[in-house]
Amino acid sequence: MYDAGKVITGIVIFLVLITFPFWFNVASGNATYKPDPKIITPNEQCMADGEYMKRNHMDMLDEWRDLVVREGQRTFVAPDGKTYEMSLSNTCMKCHSNKADFCDQCHNYMAVYPYCWDCHIEPQETTYGYK
Amino acid sequence: MIEKALIGGKRYWGWLAVLSVVIILGLLAYLKQFNTGLAITGLSRDVPWGFYIAQFTFLVGVAASAVMVVLPYYLHNFKDFGKMTILGEFLAISSVIMCMLFIFVDMGNPIRIVNVFLHPTPHSLMFWDSVVLMGYLLLNVVISQVTFNSERKGIAPPKWIKPVIVLSIPWAVSIHTVTAFLYSGLAARPFWLTAILAPRFLASAFAAGPAFLVILCLVMKKFANYDVGREPLKKLGVIIAYAMSINIFFVLLELFTALYSDIPEHMHHFEYLFFGLDGNDFLVPFMWTSEILAVVSLVLLLVPKLRQNSTLLGLACVTVIVSLWIDKGMGLVITGFIPSTLGQVVKYVPTLPELMITISIYAIGFLVLTVLYKVAIAVREEIGYK
Amino acid sequence: MGINRRGFIKIAGLSTLAGLTGKATLGVLAEEEAQQVVQTGEMLKAKRWAMVVDLHKCQQKKGCTACIDACHSVHNVPNFDNPKDEIKWIWKQDFEGAFPSQDHEFLKADIRQSTPVVFCNHCDNPPCVRVCPTQSTWKREDGIVMMDMHRCIGCRYCVVACPYGSRSFNWRDPRPFIKEIDPDFPTRSRGVVEKCNFCADRLARGKIPACVEACEEKALIFGDLEDPESEVRELLRNNITIRRKPSLGTNPEIYYIV
Repeated sequence: MYDAGKVITGIVIFLVLITFPFWFNVASGNATYKPDPKIITPNEQCMADGEYMKRNHMDMLDEWRDLVVREGQRTFVAPDGKTYEMSLSNTCMKCHSNKADFCDQCHNYMAVYPYCWDCHIEPQETTYGYK
Repeated sequence: MIEKALIGGKRYWGWLAVLSVVIILGLLAYLKQFNTGLAITGLSRDVPWGFYIAQFTFLVGVAASAVMVVLPYYLHNFKDFGKMTILGEFLAISSVIMCMLFIFVDMGNPIRIVNVFLHPTPHSLMFWDSVVLMGYLLLNVVISQVTFNSERKGIAPPKWIKPVIVLSIPWAVSIHTVTAFLYSGLAARPFWLTAILAPRFLASAFAAGPAFLVILCLVMKKFANYDVGREPLKKLGVIIAYAMSINIFFVLLELFTALYSDIPEHMHHFEYLFFGLDGNDFLVPFMWTSEILAVVSLVLLLVPKLRQNSTLLGLACVTVIVSLWIDKGMGLVITGFIPSTLGQVVKYVPTLPELMITISIYAIGFLVLTVLYKVAIAVREEIGYK
Repeated sequence: MGINRRGFIKIAGLSTLAGLTGKATLGVLAEEEAQQVVQTGEMLKAKRWAMVVDLHKCQQKKGCTACIDACHSVHNVPNFDNPKDEIKWIWKQDFEGAFPSQDHEFLKADIRQSTPVVFCNHCDNPPCVRVCPTQSTWKREDGIVMMDMHRCIGCRYCVVACPYGSRSFNWRDPRPFIKEIDPDFPTRSRGVVEKCNFCADRLARGKIPACVEACEEKALIFGDLEDPESEVRELLRNNITIRRKPSLGTNPEIYYIV
């Protein structure tokens, strides 16, 4: 190989630079940070269990939105037979009215920015102090 | 092959640098549009399409016009165009790229643009337009790559490419026809509601595109020491003369139908175009310039002596392009909206950021074109094609 | 090496394309859960919704904007002060603009000088639906021409195709221009098209359209066109009615009593 010294130095510098965010987070202690979504209505029953919701809420909302907007269907029957209005603002957010401490916890951690709130109205409680 | 584009003189790099600066300025303007919305353009509720879509329409024509060198060469074995076909195909590639960029910057929600393919909608002409444009780009990339590679290696191109080339001919016609259908199928807009729109688009394209190619050839002869020869340019001159005559004939047909039938909703648009309506006469000086240039170009093109002089041919080509660009790139789209469906005369003038983005997309097109032509010339010099 | 650089780039490019289209298959998952959806009774339903506007009653109170205010406030329609960015679902239009082919110099003065309320015609044969490249706008079985703001790419082809100027585009973020946000209805985001939805959201909750409810003169009458006993049919039987630009074949479902 020509210029082996230069090439290898270059590769090392490149690797250091590209992995810098990881080192930085380890050094600053952020690497151990875990998102902590808070449930503020512990006595209420969600329409499905927490594990399922954690994994699937986005797909479920996606389907709800098509059903409501495109099919004109509005009522959803949960596995336990209870019925819910398929509405992000009027159903989900009635219990989870703490958007900043609930939705944003994981979304910010994962750096996903769903554009739901460009249009749908956030619950009043959290409109202050969060943008 | 692309490495050929990395070796060039001062003039080459200087030109690329100028283009890059323009592109970066346009990118900044686009960032502003991306963050603020299309409100930074001159578009409005009453004139929802403007400069971007008009440039798209004009450039679809330039892209389609590659067929004017491809068809004589491959179907009629017209050898004079041998050095030219690749230039036509490269021009088509850069034009289609510009077309796509113009559509992209015109979208209110550019990040959702794949919805057109996630929810394919055969009853929408816009869906078909994206399909034929993508197809045309693919065809030209494949054809130019395969034929040029064979040429470089000094072997005959593979047999399977011939049917692909033949397919590209009607495909070129289709891209401009479907683009015309975007407009001519709308009951709401009487200005475009005319069956002659597609043929008119094609005629103007087959004049403007080859005219552009002539100018490119003259420029390359002067600056890049690459001469396609006298004959092909003369022949292109004839093609442009025919296409321009037919285009002007079609425009006169439009005028006759609108003016003689005297149907107000058809008349008003032409009135706006040539005289202005309610004191709104933004387009009037441009349109008269366009018509005068059209007549000048016709004189230069139709008299054989004038046409065969390469300086005058170049001049004729410039007048053709400017005339048709005003006609399609300014008049055609905007006038469809004035007066509006509610009878209102609303002013539309492109804003500075809108112009900046437009110019920058042209710069991207020219950058692609320069690089592709550079490769073509370098390879041909290498294999001794002088 | 089994694959050269150019080959690699080609394969990489093609797989990216394949990846982009892959999401289309996800929709299949929705099938199963759709069965868990039920209809509830409170919904207002019709075979074909239509509206009759009584132009005489509408013009009784000069300067009345009750229907417009009601509609725009329940649907969070922003109020821009310039016509360039303007968004409107329902508005007053001069007679000539609304009915260009019906206007003439000696027309009854009260009609000629009237400013009919106009909004989406919910055409039976809607050109906007025909041109939309993503099916973001479509006609429901009950005749309502709907918009799906989630899917709209903002190409504005529907705005271009609508012969009535019924569609508005969000040239900028509308939120700062909404005086008071109604939390029961979403706002729109920058870059989508919007228009009157015949209050599909209210019909689903058993309420009549907001404009109809707000009109004290009862100039707006809403009902099922397919039901011969409905009030709209009764009015159409007994009055002379006109529609906007009927010659275009769009079949508007808004009828004006003149």
